[in-house]
Amino acid sequence: MKQILRNIFHSPRFVVGFVIFCIVLLLSFYPMISIFTPMEIVGSGFHAPGTYVNIKSTIQSRSEELKYVGAAGLANQFTAEELGKMQEWLVKYGGVDQTVVDEAAENDNAFLELWTSTYSDDVQYKATQAYKREIQKYNKQILRITATDTLEIGEGDSTITVKSNQFVNVKNISNKVTLPLGTDNFGADVLTKLTSAIGVSLKMGVMAGAIATAIGLTIGLLAGFLGGWVDNILTFFTNLFTVIPSFVILVLIANSISQAGRSPAMVSLIIGITAWPWTARSVRSQVISLRNRDHVNLSKLSGHSTARIIIQDVLPYILSYVIMALILQIGSGILGEAQLSMLGLGPSTTTTATLGLMMNWANTFSAAQNGQWWAFVPVVLAITLISYSMNLMNTGLDQVFNPQLRD
Amino acid sequence: MSEVRERKDYTNGPLCLSGRGVTRIFGHGEKANVAVDHVDFDFHEGEFVSIVGESGSGKTTLSKMLLGLLPISEGEILFQGKPRDISTRAKKAEYWKGIQAIFQDPFASYNIFHKIDSVLLDCINMRGGKNLPYEKKVEMMTEACSFVNLKFAELTNKYPFELSGGQMQRLMIARIFLLKPKILLADEPTSMVDACSRATILDMLLNLRDEIGMTIIFITHDIGLAYYISDTVYIMEHGKFVEYGKADEVILNPQAPYTKRLISDVPKIHEEWDLSTVELTDDY
Amino acid sequence: MGKAMLEVRNLRTKYVTRLGEDVYSVDGVSLKIEEGKSLGVAGESGCGKSTLALSMMGYYFPPLHYISGDIIIDGQNISGMDPDKVRTSVLGKEIAYIPQAAMNALNPTMKIIRFLEDVIHVHEPKATKAEIRERAEERFISVGLGKEVLDRHAVELSGGMKQRTVIAVSTILSPKVLIADEPSSALDVTSQKLVIKMMREMMEKGYIGSMMFITHELPLLYNVTDDIAVMYAGQFVEYGSAKEMVFDPLHPYSHGLMGSILVPEEGTRGMNLTAIPGTPPNLKRPPKGCRFAERCKYATVECSYVAPIEKKFGENETRMYRCLKDEPWLRKTYEEEQGGASNE
Repeated sequence: MKQILRNIFHSPRFVVGFVIFCIVLLLSFYPMISIFTPMEIVGSGFHAPGTYVNIKSTIQSRSEELKYVGAAGLANQFTAEELGKMQEWLVKYGGVDQTVVDEAAENDNAFLELWTSTYSDDVQYKATQAYKREIQKYNKQILRITATDTLEIGEGDSTITVKSNQFVNVKNISNKVTLPLGTDNFGADVLTKLTSAIGVSLKMGVMAGAIATAIGLTIGLLAGFLGGWVDNILTFFTNLFTVIPSFVILVLIANSISQAGRSPAMVSLIIGITAWPWTARSVRSQVISLRNRDHVNLSKLSGHSTARIIIQDVLPYILSYVIMALILQIGSGILGEAQLSMLGLGPSTTTTATLGLMMNWANTFSAAQNGQWWAFVPVVLAITLISYSMNLMNTGLDQVFNPQLRD
Repeated sequence: MSEVRERKDYTNGPLCLSGRGVTRIFGHGEKANVAVDHVDFDFHEGEFVSIVGESGSGKTTLSKMLLGLLPISEGEILFQGKPRDISTRAKKAEYWKGIQAIFQDPFASYNIFHKIDSVLLDCINMRGGKNLPYEKKVEMMTEACSFVNLKFAELTNKYPFELSGGQMQRLMIARIFLLKPKILLADEPTSMVDACSRATILDMLLNLRDEIGMTIIFITHDIGLAYYISDTVYIMEHGKFVEYGKADEVILNPQAPYTKRLISDVPKIHEEWDLSTVELTDDY
Repeated sequence: MGKAMLEVRNLRTKYVTRLGEDVYSVDGVSLKIEEGKSLGVAGESGCGKSTLALSMMGYYFPPLHYISGDIIIDGQNISGMDPDKVRTSVLGKEIAYIPQAAMNALNPTMKIIRFLEDVIHVHEPKATKAEIRERAEERFISVGLGKEVLDRHAVELSGGMKQRTVIAVSTILSPKVLIADEPSSALDVTSQKLVIKMMREMMEKGYIGSMMFITHELPLLYNVTDDIAVMYAGQFVEYGSAKEMVFDPLHPYSHGLMGSILVPEEGTRGMNLTAIPGTPPNLKRPPKGCRFAERCKYATVECSYVAPIEKKFGENETRMYRCLKDEPWLRKTYEEEQGGASNE
């Protein structure tokens, strides 16, 4: 057993698949630490990913106005030489008295005021181009400091204007909201919703996969081991289900169940009871090859019951195969749910989200046409990653259990 | 092995297993394939019988029918003089107390998920020893293992795949020793073990017969082996017995053309192997 | 004494298992086959006889690795050659190989003539289809298969015919050495006889220069090959002419092996079969002394520590055995045992 596990975890494919799956699984726990519940309406309609500040309850706490030129003052922005040059200009070309300039130089704000009121790029004076350009550069720097552009935070009455020369410490905004994946059409946080949907979809996939595998395994074991008329009847049903595209059955069943009855559990049941035929077929063929093995014959000769022979002498031999089938069934269960929901036949629910439903909503509200990629790209990625990791794990296991497939 | 085994004549003992018109047909209608075609046989108590046939002769199908693992299409099998009745599970279990088997491939004969002990414990349970104290069971298993020159203490808690092919096959004989059935059906038990281990296994089969008085039905394709070991030889071709009788008579003085061909085509040591009996243009 | 067609000197090769352990399955094998002669190799399963067959072709691919030694075919040493060169200029032309399940390796969608075209084109890219057909028809008629077989598919042939066809296809270029690994073990006795008869005729007609025949069936080997070598745990423990080996084996292992031969002949019923207890050593860690010491009933303490060397005797040193005991002692011991048995 240990040896088998070691072999499994030495298969790079399996390990990569397993790690991806674990990451996705970990993500599904995000709703537990998220400040929103998955379906909570955070804003109105689509919002692109980013950090949002809501005013009503936000900046009421403290509104600080800080001049740029604080403690460090202009000395921080300019060198002493540059300041000297500006003072020299004020005296030489600005026509300001040397004493006034000296006085203003003591106070940063006074100096800024004096400069802005005296200098403008339009002022004509005689000097070299290089000198003029240098002075223009200083002016630009000063303009930047004293600019009066504003940033409005919030909407309507509660708009607060933060001048561009003001800083509002992010820490002091108590109600900022970071939405890494924005909001969807309902205004719900996509990240929280997506991660909770991953959880729900995984559960549905596991349930559908388990149901399909259980039915397929039982039918396969019975048909393969008992043979005869039992095999004929069971194979007939299996073939019937194989011939009729299972998706059509899926749509018909899903459609015939009322809107209200379509809970996630019901949908996974529907998927489960349409997905079993291929498991049944492959289990049956495996069992047929085992049925005539000598250890089974010997077990019969030892007087063991059929049930005991199936469970102890047949099942362990195909267990690795069943696990691989289960993994594939889980993957296809998740895809099946997504397919059904895309057609609007998924679980009808307003309290939980599934990956398929999220796709459906994004489609209904034309997210793709309007470039609101955050509403569906992460969902597609999640579905892709899940089925990719399942397939990787499956081929990894296959390499371990069927060494001839190794390259 | 310097002692020459004394060979008693067991060919006149009471009947143990007989068949009348035993037939097995696979498939229906045009695709029907007669694997075993109306064969009659009488196996006596303590007799060492070989059924010799090449691949496709139906010998394995016949052995499965004798064991009751495959239903017979026509005819009847008599077990100890009475028609065999294996219609219910209980009756089958009862029949299998009287007939047991050793199969060709020792590696396929074990459930690799079960330890060796469980194979032997199963036999003790089957013989009604379920409630014996564990020490008693260990004693019985040790005795059975020493019968086949294995040490139980070295085998306990091991898995079958930790043993060599020869050891596995000897353990199968230990299993028979515990079960002590009336009939042992050995289906090519030496074809997958090395020549050196073969002698040991054959010797043990003869011991089983001599000590327990078991009837042994030995299925093989190796006519030399059948001649060496058995009292009676049945030659099978295309589902029919083409010749049968005491080993010396059948092998040294074959009557049926098929037996003649078979014996002449097997490479020999002391007699010349006559290659001129076949033509390269033959389509075989 | 004829010209040596195949000579192998102290060949050593190893397998690397999945867990990265080395298995020394061919550990110092030397042999010589003269033109027109055949050598049989006998041994238990796992003794390295099939690995020896693969190693002889000088075409190594993982998990099989070459360690040391020479393989000389008609004076040409192929052991150090580039694998690609071996494939295009040696395999099929100088040395041909027939594995046990060869008949199942035929692609069922191809006509037999296509296989022949493939084989010939590797060595003679310019050969035209008509030329190939002419050669193939001549050869197939000559070995009794008939030219109709060329236009059949593999599935239309019986097991024995398939195997004979495979042999005819792989020897179409008249190789100097044919290595056959259990070519007839999966067949029934009549087909086996036909396969052997055909191979013999091919040797006589010179289609095969010399042959190495590997099998675990000693009576077959006795009837097919001129010489027999007995292999045990990666080494030859004894070789000599077929008659000598069967009726006068020297090494305790060969002696045991020959004592377990069963044939449908008078005398078989009364004979004492020789049994050799135990199992062959693990070739991951070969024993230091004699490899057979553990199972040998004549073994002394010395045997577990001193590895025996090849002792040769006879005219042209055609007989070899690898045992610490000497020839007279072994003969005497066997005779005494024989006598003791019949006295009882």
